[in-house]
Amino acid sequence: MSADIAQAVRTPLRRPLDPRALAVPLVVFAALALLPAAAAFGATSYVLSLGARVMIFAIAAISLDLILGYGAMVSFGHAAYLGIGAYAAGILMAEGVDDALLGAGAAIAASGLFALVTGYVSIRTKGVAFIMITLAFGQMAYFVANSLSEYGGSDGLTMASRSTLLGLKLLKNDLTFYYVVLACLAGSYLLCRAVVAARFGRALRAIRENPVRMAAVGYDVERIRLVAYVIAGMIAGLSGFLLANQTEFVSPAYMAWQRSGELIVMVILGGMGSLVGAILGAVAFLMLEETLSHLMEHWKVVFGPLLVLVVLFVRGGLTGLLAGGKRHG
Amino acid sequence: MAEPILGLSGVSKRFGALVVSDDVSLTVAPGELHALIGPNGAGKTTLIHQIAGSLASDAGRIGFCGRDITALPMHERARLGLARSFQITSVVPGFSALENVALAVQARSGSSFRFFGNAAREAALNAQALEALETVALAARADVPAGLLSHGEKRALELAIALAMRPKLLLLDEPMAGTGREESLKLVALLASLKGRYAILLVEHDMHAVFSLADRISVLIYGRIVASGAPDAVRADPTVRAAYLGEEAA
Repeated sequence: MSADIAQAVRTPLRRPLDPRALAVPLVVFAALALLPAAAAFGATSYVLSLGARVMIFAIAAISLDLILGYGAMVSFGHAAYLGIGAYAAGILMAEGVDDALLGAGAAIAASGLFALVTGYVSIRTKGVAFIMITLAFGQMAYFVANSLSEYGGSDGLTMASRSTLLGLKLLKNDLTFYYVVLACLAGSYLLCRAVVAARFGRALRAIRENPVRMAAVGYDVERIRLVAYVIAGMIAGLSGFLLANQTEFVSPAYMAWQRSGELIVMVILGGMGSLVGAILGAVAFLMLEETLSHLMEHWKVVFGPLLVLVVLFVRGGLTGLLAGGKRHG
Repeated sequence: MAEPILGLSGVSKRFGALVVSDDVSLTVAPGELHALIGPNGAGKTTLIHQIAGSLASDAGRIGFCGRDITALPMHERARLGLARSFQITSVVPGFSALENVALAVQARSGSSFRFFGNAAREAALNAQALEALETVALAARADVPAGLLSHGEKRALELAIALAMRPKLLLLDEPMAGTGREESLKLVALLASLKGRYAILLVEHDMHAVFSLADRISVLIYGRIVASGAPDAVRADPTVRAAYLGEEAA
Protein backbone atom coordinates (compact mmCIF):
# COMPACT_ATOMS: atom_id res chain seq x y z
CA MET A 1 0.00 0.00 0.00
CA SER A 2 2.63 2.42 1.10
CA ALA A 3 4.86 1.36 -1.79
CA ASP A 4 2.01 1.95 -4.23
CA ILE A 5 1.54 5.41 -2.92
CA ALA A 6 5.23 6.11 -3.06
CA GLN A 7 5.21 4.95 -6.67
CA ALA A 8 2.19 7.05 -7.51
CA VAL A 9 3.88 10.06 -6.03
CA ARG A 10 7.17 9.58 -7.77
CA THR A 11 5.81 8.93 -11.24
CA PRO A 12 4.51 12.43 -11.95
CA LEU A 13 7.79 13.90 -10.82
CA ARG A 14 9.56 12.02 -13.58
CA ARG A 15 6.97 13.06 -16.12
CA PRO A 16 8.74 14.71 -19.05
CA LEU A 17 8.14 18.37 -19.55
CA ASP A 18 5.05 19.38 -21.42
CA PRO A 19 6.28 19.26 -25.05
CA ARG A 20 4.51 22.52 -25.83
CA ALA A 21 6.30 24.19 -22.95
CA LEU A 22 9.57 23.12 -24.51
CA ALA A 23 8.52 23.82 -28.10
CA VAL A 24 7.99 27.55 -27.69
CA PRO A 25 11.52 28.37 -26.45
CA LEU A 26 13.07 26.01 -29.02
CA VAL A 27 11.23 27.68 -31.87
CA VAL A 28 12.04 31.14 -30.56
CA PHE A 29 15.77 30.47 -30.26
CA ALA A 30 15.92 28.62 -33.60
CA ALA A 31 14.24 31.58 -35.29
CA LEU A 32 16.67 34.02 -33.68
CA ALA A 33 19.64 31.87 -34.71
CA LEU A 34 18.46 31.64 -38.31
CA LEU A 35 17.42 35.27 -38.69
CA PRO A 36 20.80 36.48 -40.05
CA ALA A 37 20.73 33.79 -42.74
CA ALA A 38 17.25 34.83 -43.80
CA ALA A 39 18.29 38.47 -43.80
CA ALA A 40 21.37 37.82 -45.93
CA PHE A 41 19.40 38.52 -49.09
CA GLY A 42 17.89 41.78 -48.05
CA ALA A 43 18.54 44.65 -45.71
CA THR A 44 21.09 42.71 -43.69
CA SER A 45 22.50 45.44 -41.51
CA TYR A 46 19.03 46.80 -40.68
CA VAL A 47 17.75 43.37 -39.68
CA LEU A 48 20.87 42.52 -37.68
CA SER A 49 20.73 45.78 -35.82
CA LEU A 50 17.01 45.53 -35.07
CA GLY A 51 17.41 41.88 -34.09
CA ALA A 52 20.24 42.64 -31.69
CA ARG A 53 18.26 45.50 -30.18
CA VAL A 54 15.25 43.26 -29.65
CA MET A 55 17.39 40.59 -27.99
CA ILE A 56 19.08 43.13 -25.72
CA PHE A 57 15.70 44.27 -24.44
CA ALA A 58 14.64 40.65 -24.18
CA ILE A 59 17.51 40.05 -21.75
CA ALA A 60 16.35 42.98 -19.61
CA ALA A 61 12.74 41.74 -19.81
CA ILE A 62 13.76 38.21 -18.74
CA SER A 63 15.52 39.62 -15.72
CA LEU A 64 12.43 41.64 -14.84
CA ASP A 65 10.26 38.54 -15.25
CA LEU A 66 12.41 36.78 -12.67
CA ILE A 67 11.31 39.23 -9.98
CA LEU A 68 7.95 40.31 -11.42
CA GLY A 69 6.65 36.96 -12.65
CA TYR A 70 8.21 34.67 -10.06
CA GLY A 71 8.60 37.01 -7.12
CA ALA A 72 5.57 39.32 -7.53
CA MET A 73 7.89 42.31 -7.18
CA VAL A 74 6.64 45.01 -9.53
CA SER A 75 9.82 46.99 -10.05
CA PHE A 76 9.12 50.28 -11.78
CA GLY A 77 12.79 51.18 -11.87
CA HIS A 78 14.26 48.34 -13.83
CA ALA A 79 15.56 50.59 -16.61
CA ALA A 80 18.04 51.97 -14.09
CA TYR A 81 20.05 48.76 -14.44
CA LEU A 82 19.99 49.07 -18.21
CA GLY A 83 21.44 52.54 -17.78
CA ILE A 84 23.98 51.60 -15.12
CA GLY A 85 25.27 48.77 -17.32
CA ALA A 86 25.46 51.14 -20.27
CA TYR A 87 27.27 53.84 -18.28
CA ALA A 88 29.72 51.26 -16.93
CA ALA A 89 30.59 50.39 -20.53
CA GLY A 90 30.72 54.02 -21.66
CA ILE A 91 32.73 55.37 -18.75
CA LEU A 92 35.27 52.55 -18.88
CA MET A 93 35.67 53.17 -22.61
CA ALA A 94 36.12 56.90 -22.02
CA GLU A 95 38.82 56.08 -19.50
CA GLY A 96 40.61 53.89 -22.02
CA VAL A 97 39.48 50.44 -20.87
CA ASP A 98 37.89 48.84 -23.89
CA ASP A 99 37.99 45.16 -23.06
CA ALA A 100 34.50 43.63 -23.33
CA LEU A 101 34.94 41.17 -20.48
CA LEU A 102 36.08 43.91 -18.11
CA GLY A 103 33.28 46.16 -19.32
CA ALA A 104 30.61 43.50 -18.92
CA GLY A 105 32.03 42.54 -15.54
CA ALA A 106 31.93 46.16 -14.37
CA ALA A 107 28.39 46.58 -15.71
CA ILE A 108 27.19 43.50 -13.86
CA ALA A 109 29.02 44.40 -10.65
CA ALA A 110 27.78 48.01 -10.62
CA SER A 111 24.19 46.93 -11.29
CA GLY A 112 24.40 44.25 -8.65
CA LEU A 113 25.65 46.75 -6.09
CA PHE A 114 22.91 49.26 -6.94
CA ALA A 115 20.33 46.46 -6.68
CA LEU A 116 21.72 45.35 -3.33
CA VAL A 117 21.57 48.81 -1.79
CA THR A 118 18.24 49.95 -3.24
CA GLY A 119 16.73 46.48 -2.90
CA TYR A 120 17.64 46.33 0.77
CA VAL A 121 15.44 49.35 1.34
CA SER A 122 12.69 48.63 -1.23
CA ILE A 123 12.02 45.02 -0.29
CA ARG A 124 10.75 46.05 3.12
CA THR A 125 7.75 47.61 1.39
CA LYS A 126 4.86 45.92 -0.36
CA GLY A 127 2.49 46.55 -3.23
CA VAL A 128 2.14 50.13 -4.38
CA ALA A 129 4.85 51.32 -2.00
CA PHE A 130 7.32 48.95 -3.64
CA ILE A 131 6.37 50.24 -7.09
CA MET A 132 6.84 53.83 -5.92
CA ILE A 133 10.12 53.29 -4.16
CA THR A 134 11.68 51.42 -7.09
CA LEU A 135 10.44 54.21 -9.35
CA ALA A 136 12.07 56.74 -7.06
CA PHE A 137 15.40 54.94 -7.08
CA GLY A 138 15.18 54.63 -10.86
CA GLN A 139 14.61 58.37 -11.17
CA MET A 140 17.50 59.01 -8.82
CA ALA A 141 19.80 57.06 -11.13
CA TYR A 142 18.34 58.97 -14.09
CA PHE A 143 19.11 62.37 -12.56
CA VAL A 144 22.57 61.30 -11.46
CA ALA A 145 23.30 60.28 -15.05
CA ASN A 146 22.01 63.66 -16.24
CA SER A 147 24.40 65.40 -13.92
CA LEU A 148 27.50 63.49 -15.03
CA SER A 149 28.84 66.49 -16.93
CA GLU A 150 32.22 64.83 -17.35
CA TYR A 151 30.51 62.04 -19.26
CA GLY A 152 28.17 63.99 -21.45
CA GLY A 153 25.53 64.98 -18.89
CA SER A 154 22.08 65.11 -20.40
CA ASP A 155 23.52 64.94 -23.94
CA GLY A 156 24.83 61.45 -23.34
CA LEU A 157 28.17 59.95 -24.04
CA THR A 158 29.41 58.79 -27.44
CA MET A 159 31.67 55.78 -27.35
CA ALA A 160 34.80 55.76 -29.49
CA SER A 161 34.00 52.27 -30.70
CA ARG A 162 32.63 48.97 -29.50
CA SER A 163 34.44 47.02 -26.81
CA THR A 164 37.21 44.70 -27.87
CA LEU A 165 37.38 41.01 -27.13
CA LEU A 166 40.89 39.76 -26.26
CA GLY A 167 42.25 42.86 -27.93
CA LEU A 168 40.41 42.12 -31.18
CA LYS A 169 37.67 44.28 -32.66
CA LEU A 170 35.38 41.30 -33.04
CA LEU A 171 32.24 43.08 -31.89
CA LYS A 172 32.64 45.66 -34.65
CA ASN A 173 31.23 43.08 -37.03
CA ASP A 174 27.43 43.24 -36.86
CA LEU A 175 27.00 39.53 -37.48
CA THR A 176 29.43 38.59 -34.69
CA PHE A 177 27.79 41.10 -32.40
CA TYR A 178 24.38 39.63 -33.20
CA TYR A 179 25.51 36.17 -32.17
CA VAL A 180 27.26 37.44 -29.05
CA VAL A 181 23.98 39.04 -28.00
CA LEU A 182 22.12 35.84 -28.85
CA ALA A 183 24.56 33.87 -26.69
CA CYS A 184 23.99 36.32 -23.80
CA LEU A 185 20.23 35.96 -24.27
CA ALA A 186 20.42 32.16 -24.30
CA GLY A 187 22.70 32.24 -21.24
CA SER A 188 20.38 34.56 -19.32
CA TYR A 189 17.36 32.49 -20.26
CA LEU A 190 18.96 29.19 -19.23
CA LEU A 191 20.32 30.68 -16.02
CA CYS A 192 16.92 32.04 -14.99
CA ARG A 193 15.23 28.78 -15.93
CA ALA A 194 17.63 26.86 -13.72
CA VAL A 195 17.27 29.34 -10.85
CA VAL A 196 13.48 29.18 -10.99
CA ALA A 197 13.41 25.38 -10.77
CA ALA A 198 16.12 25.15 -8.12
CA ARG A 199 15.63 25.31 -4.37
CA PHE A 200 16.00 29.06 -4.43
CA GLY A 201 13.44 29.58 -7.18
CA ARG A 202 10.99 27.22 -5.56
CA ALA A 203 11.18 29.21 -2.34
CA LEU A 204 10.78 32.44 -4.33
CA ARG A 205 7.69 31.11 -6.14
CA ALA A 206 6.15 29.86 -2.91
CA ILE A 207 6.82 33.24 -1.27
CA ARG A 208 5.01 34.90 -4.18
CA GLU A 209 1.91 32.90 -3.24
CA ASN A 210 2.10 32.95 0.55
CA PRO A 211 4.95 34.83 2.23
CA VAL A 212 3.59 34.43 5.78
CA ARG A 213 3.34 30.68 5.44
CA MET A 214 6.90 30.55 4.12
CA ALA A 215 8.24 32.64 7.00
CA ALA A 216 6.41 30.30 9.37
CA VAL A 217 8.28 27.28 8.06
CA GLY A 218 11.60 29.07 8.39
CA TYR A 219 12.31 31.06 5.23
CA ASP A 220 13.92 34.47 5.48
CA VAL A 221 11.47 35.99 3.02
CA GLU A 222 13.18 39.36 2.65
CA ARG A 223 16.57 37.85 2.04
CA ILE A 224 15.30 35.52 -0.66
CA ARG A 225 13.52 38.41 -2.36
CA LEU A 226 16.63 40.56 -2.11
CA VAL A 227 18.87 37.92 -3.70
CA ALA A 228 16.39 37.54 -6.57
CA TYR A 229 16.33 41.32 -6.95
CA VAL A 230 20.12 41.45 -7.15
CA ILE A 231 20.31 38.62 -9.72
CA ALA A 232 17.73 40.43 -11.85
CA GLY A 233 19.66 43.70 -11.56
CA MET A 234 22.89 42.04 -12.63
CA ILE A 235 21.34 40.46 -15.72
CA ALA A 236 19.73 43.76 -16.67
CA GLY A 237 23.16 45.37 -16.21
CA LEU A 238 24.57 43.00 -18.81
CA SER A 239 21.85 44.04 -21.25
CA GLY A 240 22.80 47.67 -20.61
CA PHE A 241 26.40 46.91 -21.47
CA LEU A 242 25.26 45.33 -24.74
CA LEU A 243 22.94 48.25 -25.51
CA ALA A 244 25.77 50.74 -25.11
CA ASN A 245 27.94 48.68 -27.43
CA GLN A 246 25.26 48.31 -30.03
CA THR A 247 24.45 51.99 -30.29
CA GLU A 248 27.99 53.09 -29.37
CA PHE A 249 26.21 55.72 -27.35
CA VAL A 250 25.11 56.04 -23.74
CA SER A 251 22.29 58.32 -22.70
CA PRO A 252 20.40 59.10 -19.49
CA ALA A 253 17.26 58.35 -21.52
CA TYR A 254 18.04 54.64 -21.12
CA MET A 255 17.04 55.04 -17.48
CA ALA A 256 13.90 57.11 -17.95
CA TRP A 257 10.87 55.77 -16.13
CA GLN A 258 9.03 55.31 -19.42
CA ARG A 259 11.66 52.71 -20.27
CA SER A 260 10.93 50.87 -17.01
CA GLY A 261 7.26 50.91 -17.94
CA GLU A 262 8.05 49.49 -21.37
CA LEU A 263 9.92 46.61 -19.77
CA ILE A 264 6.90 45.83 -17.59
CA VAL A 265 4.70 45.96 -20.69
CA MET A 266 7.00 43.51 -22.49
CA VAL A 267 6.81 41.03 -19.61
CA ILE A 268 3.03 41.28 -19.29
CA LEU A 269 2.46 41.22 -23.05
CA GLY A 270 4.57 38.09 -23.41
CA GLY A 271 3.16 36.38 -20.33
CA MET A 272 4.49 36.77 -16.81
CA GLY A 273 6.34 33.95 -15.12
CA SER A 274 7.37 32.01 -18.20
CA LEU A 275 10.73 33.65 -19.10
CA VAL A 276 10.24 32.85 -22.79
CA GLY A 277 7.26 35.18 -22.64
CA ALA A 278 9.62 38.03 -21.83
CA ILE A 279 11.47 37.33 -25.09
CA LEU A 280 8.23 37.19 -27.06
CA GLY A 281 7.05 40.35 -25.35
CA ALA A 282 10.24 42.19 -26.28
CA VAL A 283 9.97 40.99 -29.89
CA ALA A 284 6.32 41.95 -30.16
CA PHE A 285 6.74 45.32 -28.45
CA LEU A 286 9.73 46.48 -30.46
CA MET A 287 8.43 45.14 -33.78
CA LEU A 288 5.08 46.86 -33.25
CA GLU A 289 6.85 50.05 -32.27
CA GLU A 290 9.04 49.78 -35.36
CA THR A 291 6.21 49.14 -37.83
CA LEU A 292 3.54 51.37 -36.29
CA SER A 293 5.88 54.30 -35.83
CA HIS A 294 6.75 54.10 -39.55
CA LEU A 295 3.08 54.12 -40.45
CA MET A 296 1.87 56.96 -38.27
CA GLU A 297 3.04 59.58 -35.89
CA HIS A 298 0.69 58.77 -33.02
CA TRP A 299 1.32 55.04 -33.13
CA LYS A 300 0.68 54.64 -29.44
CA VAL A 301 -3.01 55.34 -30.09
CA VAL A 302 -3.11 51.95 -31.81
CA PHE A 303 -0.58 50.27 -29.62
CA GLY A 304 -2.31 51.05 -26.34
CA PRO A 305 -5.65 49.44 -27.19
CA LEU A 306 -3.82 46.43 -28.69
CA LEU A 307 -2.08 45.93 -25.38
CA VAL A 308 -5.32 46.23 -23.46
CA LEU A 309 -6.89 43.57 -25.69
CA VAL A 310 -4.03 41.14 -25.09
CA VAL A 311 -4.15 41.64 -21.33
CA LEU A 312 -7.94 41.27 -21.25
CA PHE A 313 -8.42 38.33 -23.55
CA VAL A 314 -5.24 36.29 -23.63
CA ARG A 315 -4.57 34.53 -20.37
CA GLY A 316 -0.84 34.21 -19.89
CA GLY A 317 0.00 36.71 -22.66
CA LEU A 318 1.55 35.66 -25.97
CA THR A 319 3.09 32.56 -24.39
CA GLY A 320 -0.35 31.52 -23.20
CA LEU A 321 -1.62 31.98 -26.75
CA LEU A 322 1.13 29.85 -28.26
CA ALA A 323 1.02 27.13 -25.62
CA GLY A 324 -2.73 26.71 -25.92
CA GLY A 325 -3.80 28.91 -23.06
CA LYS A 326 -1.78 26.91 -20.56
CA ARG A 327 0.23 28.80 -18.02
CA HIS A 328 3.60 27.66 -16.81
CA GLY A 329 5.61 28.53 -13.82
CA MET B 1 9.55 19.25 36.46
CA ALA B 2 11.79 19.04 33.44
CA GLU B 3 13.02 22.25 31.81
CA PRO B 4 10.01 23.50 29.82
CA ILE B 5 10.15 23.63 26.03
CA LEU B 6 8.25 26.90 26.00
CA GLY B 7 8.08 29.41 28.81
CA LEU B 8 6.23 32.72 28.77
CA SER B 9 6.67 35.13 31.64
CA GLY B 10 4.82 38.39 31.93
CA VAL B 11 4.06 38.58 28.21
CA SER B 12 1.88 41.55 27.29
CA LYS B 13 0.49 43.17 24.18
CA ARG B 14 -1.70 46.19 23.82
CA PHE B 15 -3.35 47.76 20.80
CA GLY B 16 -3.83 51.36 21.82
CA ALA B 17 -5.84 51.35 25.04
CA LEU B 18 -6.91 47.75 24.57
CA VAL B 19 -4.82 45.25 26.51
CA VAL B 20 -4.95 42.03 24.52
CA SER B 21 -2.37 39.99 26.37
CA ASP B 22 -2.10 40.95 30.02
CA ASP B 23 0.92 39.66 31.88
CA VAL B 24 0.60 36.11 30.57
CA SER B 25 2.84 33.41 32.00
CA LEU B 26 2.63 29.80 30.97
CA THR B 27 4.85 26.83 30.20
CA VAL B 28 4.72 23.79 27.99
CA ALA B 29 6.76 20.83 29.24
CA PRO B 30 8.38 18.26 26.93
CA GLY B 31 5.74 15.90 25.58
CA GLU B 32 2.96 17.86 27.22
CA LEU B 33 -0.26 18.85 25.49
CA HIS B 34 -1.22 22.18 26.97
CA ALA B 35 -4.56 23.52 25.80
CA LEU B 36 -5.42 27.19 25.82
CA ILE B 37 -9.11 27.96 25.90
CA GLY B 38 -11.18 31.07 26.33
CA PRO B 39 -14.17 32.86 24.83
CA ASN B 40 -13.97 34.66 21.50
CA GLY B 41 -11.87 37.78 21.75
CA ALA B 42 -9.97 36.54 24.79
CA GLY B 43 -6.69 37.06 22.95
CA LYS B 44 -5.75 33.47 22.20
CA THR B 45 -4.71 34.07 18.61
CA THR B 46 -2.81 37.22 19.57
CA LEU B 47 -0.85 35.16 22.05
CA ILE B 48 -0.12 32.56 19.35
CA HIS B 49 1.13 35.37 17.08
CA GLN B 50 3.39 36.61 19.87
CA ILE B 51 4.81 33.14 20.47
CA ALA B 52 5.30 32.46 16.75
CA GLY B 53 6.88 35.87 16.23
CA SER B 54 4.39 37.44 13.81
CA LEU B 55 3.56 40.03 16.49
CA ALA B 56 6.11 41.68 18.75
CA SER B 57 5.38 41.68 22.47
CA ASP B 58 5.30 44.95 24.44
CA ALA B 59 6.65 43.35 27.58
CA GLY B 60 7.70 40.02 28.99
CA ARG B 61 9.98 37.24 27.93
CA ILE B 62 9.45 34.21 25.73
CA GLY B 63 11.87 31.33 26.29
CA PHE B 64 12.14 28.40 23.93
CA CYS B 65 14.37 25.38 24.60
CA GLY B 66 16.47 27.40 27.00
CA ARG B 67 16.86 30.39 24.67
CA ASP B 68 15.35 33.82 24.89
CA ILE B 69 13.46 34.18 21.60
CA THR B 70 11.53 37.33 22.49
CA ALA B 71 13.37 39.40 19.88
CA LEU B 72 13.76 36.78 17.14
CA PRO B 73 11.83 37.11 13.88
CA MET B 74 9.31 34.45 12.92
CA HIS B 75 11.53 32.55 10.49
CA GLU B 76 14.32 32.16 13.04
CA ARG B 77 11.90 30.85 15.64
CA ALA B 78 10.65 28.37 13.03
CA ARG B 79 14.20 27.21 12.39
CA LEU B 80 14.67 26.56 16.09
CA GLY B 81 11.77 24.11 15.91
CA LEU B 82 8.69 26.18 16.61
CA ALA B 83 6.02 25.02 14.15
CA ARG B 84 2.61 26.60 13.92
CA SER B 85 -0.64 25.98 12.17
CA PHE B 86 -2.83 28.93 11.35
CA GLN B 87 -6.34 29.64 12.51
CA ILE B 88 -7.22 30.48 8.94
CA THR B 89 -5.79 27.78 6.72
CA SER B 90 -2.53 28.86 5.17
CA VAL B 91 -0.95 26.75 2.46
CA VAL B 92 0.72 27.56 -0.85
CA PRO B 93 -2.30 27.00 -3.11
CA GLY B 94 -0.53 26.55 -6.45
CA PHE B 95 1.90 23.96 -5.13
CA SER B 96 1.05 20.29 -4.74
CA ALA B 97 0.49 18.92 -1.23
CA LEU B 98 3.84 17.15 -1.53
CA GLU B 99 5.66 20.34 -2.51
CA ASN B 100 4.04 22.25 0.34
CA VAL B 101 5.59 19.78 2.75
CA ALA B 102 8.85 19.46 0.79
CA LEU B 103 9.27 23.23 1.18
CA ALA B 104 9.19 22.77 4.94
CA VAL B 105 11.79 20.01 4.69
CA GLN B 106 13.91 22.21 2.42
CA ALA B 107 13.79 25.06 4.91
CA ARG B 108 15.51 23.02 7.59
CA SER B 109 17.83 20.83 5.49
CA GLY B 110 20.67 22.63 3.81
CA SER B 111 20.66 25.98 2.15
CA SER B 112 17.83 27.37 0.08
CA PHE B 113 20.36 29.54 -1.74
CA ARG B 114 20.99 26.83 -4.32
CA PHE B 115 20.51 28.07 -7.84
CA PHE B 116 20.93 24.86 -9.82
CA GLY B 117 19.38 21.42 -9.68
CA ASN B 118 15.64 20.81 -9.85
CA ALA B 119 14.27 21.07 -6.32
CA ALA B 120 11.08 19.20 -7.19
CA ARG B 121 13.16 16.13 -8.00
CA GLU B 122 15.25 16.06 -4.84
CA ALA B 123 14.51 12.56 -3.61
CA ALA B 124 15.59 13.25 -0.03
CA LEU B 125 13.19 16.17 0.31
CA ASN B 126 10.31 14.30 -1.31
CA ALA B 127 10.80 11.15 0.76
CA GLN B 128 10.61 13.07 4.05
CA ALA B 129 7.67 15.07 2.77
CA LEU B 130 5.84 11.91 1.82
CA GLU B 131 6.49 10.45 5.25
CA ALA B 132 4.83 13.46 6.88
CA LEU B 133 1.89 13.18 4.49
CA GLU B 134 1.53 9.51 5.41
CA THR B 135 1.37 10.44 9.09
CA VAL B 136 -1.66 12.64 8.43
CA ALA B 137 -3.16 10.13 5.95
CA LEU B 138 -2.80 12.48 3.02
CA ALA B 139 -0.24 10.56 0.95
CA ALA B 140 -2.81 9.56 -1.64
CA ARG B 141 -3.43 13.25 -2.35
CA ALA B 142 0.25 14.18 -2.59
CA ASP B 143 0.02 15.37 -6.18
CA VAL B 144 -3.09 17.49 -5.81
CA PRO B 145 -2.54 21.27 -5.78
CA ALA B 146 -3.06 22.39 -2.19
CA GLY B 147 -5.64 24.95 -3.30
CA LEU B 148 -7.89 22.14 -4.54
CA LEU B 149 -7.85 20.10 -1.34
CA SER B 150 -10.96 20.01 0.85
CA HIS B 151 -10.95 22.15 3.97
CA GLY B 152 -10.29 19.18 6.23
CA GLU B 153 -7.48 18.02 3.97
CA LYS B 154 -5.91 21.46 4.12
CA ARG B 155 -6.00 21.33 7.92
CA ALA B 156 -4.27 17.95 7.76
CA LEU B 157 -1.75 19.35 5.27
CA GLU B 158 -0.92 22.14 7.70
CA LEU B 159 -0.18 19.53 10.32
CA ALA B 160 2.03 17.63 7.86
CA ILE B 161 3.92 20.85 7.11
CA ALA B 162 4.43 21.42 10.82
CA LEU B 163 5.58 17.83 11.39
CA ALA B 164 8.01 18.03 8.46
CA MET B 165 9.78 20.84 10.30
CA ARG B 166 10.81 18.26 12.95
CA PRO B 167 9.42 20.65 15.54
CA LYS B 168 10.17 20.81 19.22
CA LEU B 169 6.85 22.53 19.79
CA LEU B 170 3.62 22.44 17.82
CA LEU B 171 1.64 25.63 18.08
CA LEU B 172 -1.82 24.74 16.85
CA ASP B 173 -4.37 27.53 16.46
CA GLU B 174 -7.81 25.95 16.22
CA PRO B 175 -6.81 23.03 14.00
CA MET B 176 -10.39 21.79 14.01
CA ALA B 177 -11.97 25.12 13.02
CA GLY B 178 -14.47 24.80 10.20
CA THR B 179 -14.10 21.06 9.73
CA GLY B 180 -17.05 18.68 9.55
CA ARG B 181 -17.83 16.23 12.30
CA GLU B 182 -16.12 13.29 10.65
CA GLU B 183 -13.03 15.26 9.73
CA SER B 184 -12.75 16.71 13.19
CA LEU B 185 -12.95 13.21 14.72
CA LYS B 186 -10.09 12.19 12.44
CA LEU B 187 -8.07 15.22 13.51
CA VAL B 188 -8.68 14.47 17.19
CA ALA B 189 -7.44 10.91 16.63
CA LEU B 190 -4.43 12.29 14.81
CA LEU B 191 -3.63 14.74 17.62
CA ALA B 192 -4.02 11.92 20.14
CA SER B 193 -1.43 9.94 18.19
CA LEU B 194 0.97 12.91 18.20
CA LYS B 195 0.48 13.53 21.89
CA GLY B 196 3.50 12.65 23.99
CA ARG B 197 5.83 12.76 20.96
CA TYR B 198 5.75 16.52 20.70
CA ALA B 199 5.20 19.36 23.08
CA ILE B 200 1.94 20.91 21.91
CA LEU B 201 0.21 24.18 22.69
CA LEU B 202 -3.32 23.82 21.43
CA VAL B 203 -5.90 26.55 21.01
CA GLU B 204 -9.28 25.00 20.37
CA HIS B 205 -12.98 25.71 20.75
CA ASP B 206 -14.09 22.10 20.61
CA MET B 207 -14.39 21.38 24.34
CA HIS B 208 -14.77 17.64 23.92
CA ALA B 209 -11.50 17.55 22.01
CA VAL B 210 -9.76 19.78 24.55
CA PHE B 211 -10.87 17.85 27.62
CA SER B 212 -10.07 14.49 26.08
CA LEU B 213 -6.63 15.50 24.77
CA ALA B 214 -5.10 18.00 27.15
CA ASP B 215 -2.71 17.26 30.00
CA ARG B 216 -3.15 20.77 31.23
CA ILE B 217 -5.58 23.54 30.40
CA SER B 218 -5.17 27.26 30.79
CA VAL B 219 -8.14 29.57 30.54
CA LEU B 220 -7.64 32.98 28.98
CA ILE B 221 -10.22 35.70 29.57
CA TYR B 222 -9.69 39.31 28.52
CA GLY B 223 -6.03 38.57 27.93
CA ARG B 224 -5.43 37.17 31.43
CA ILE B 225 -4.95 33.59 32.47
CA VAL B 226 -7.65 33.08 35.09
CA ALA B 227 -7.10 29.38 35.71
CA SER B 228 -4.54 26.79 34.83
CA GLY B 229 -4.29 23.13 35.78
CA ALA B 230 -5.39 19.58 35.06
CA PRO B 231 -8.62 19.25 33.04
CA ASP B 232 -10.67 18.10 36.01
CA ALA B 233 -9.45 20.95 38.21
CA VAL B 234 -10.21 23.50 35.49
CA ARG B 235 -13.62 21.97 34.87
CA ALA B 236 -14.42 22.33 38.56
CA ASP B 237 -13.03 25.85 38.92
CA PRO B 238 -15.95 28.14 39.86
CA THR B 239 -14.59 31.25 38.08
CA VAL B 240 -14.13 29.32 34.89
CA ARG B 241 -17.59 27.81 35.12
CA ALA B 242 -19.13 31.18 35.74
CA ALA B 243 -17.22 33.05 33.09
CA TYR B 244 -16.92 30.61 30.35
CA LEU B 245 -17.81 26.95 30.32
CA GLY B 246 -21.45 27.43 31.16
CA GLU B 247 -23.86 24.64 30.41
CA GLU B 248 -21.59 22.62 28.19
CA ALA B 249 -19.28 21.34 30.91
CA ALA B 250 -21.87 21.07 33.61
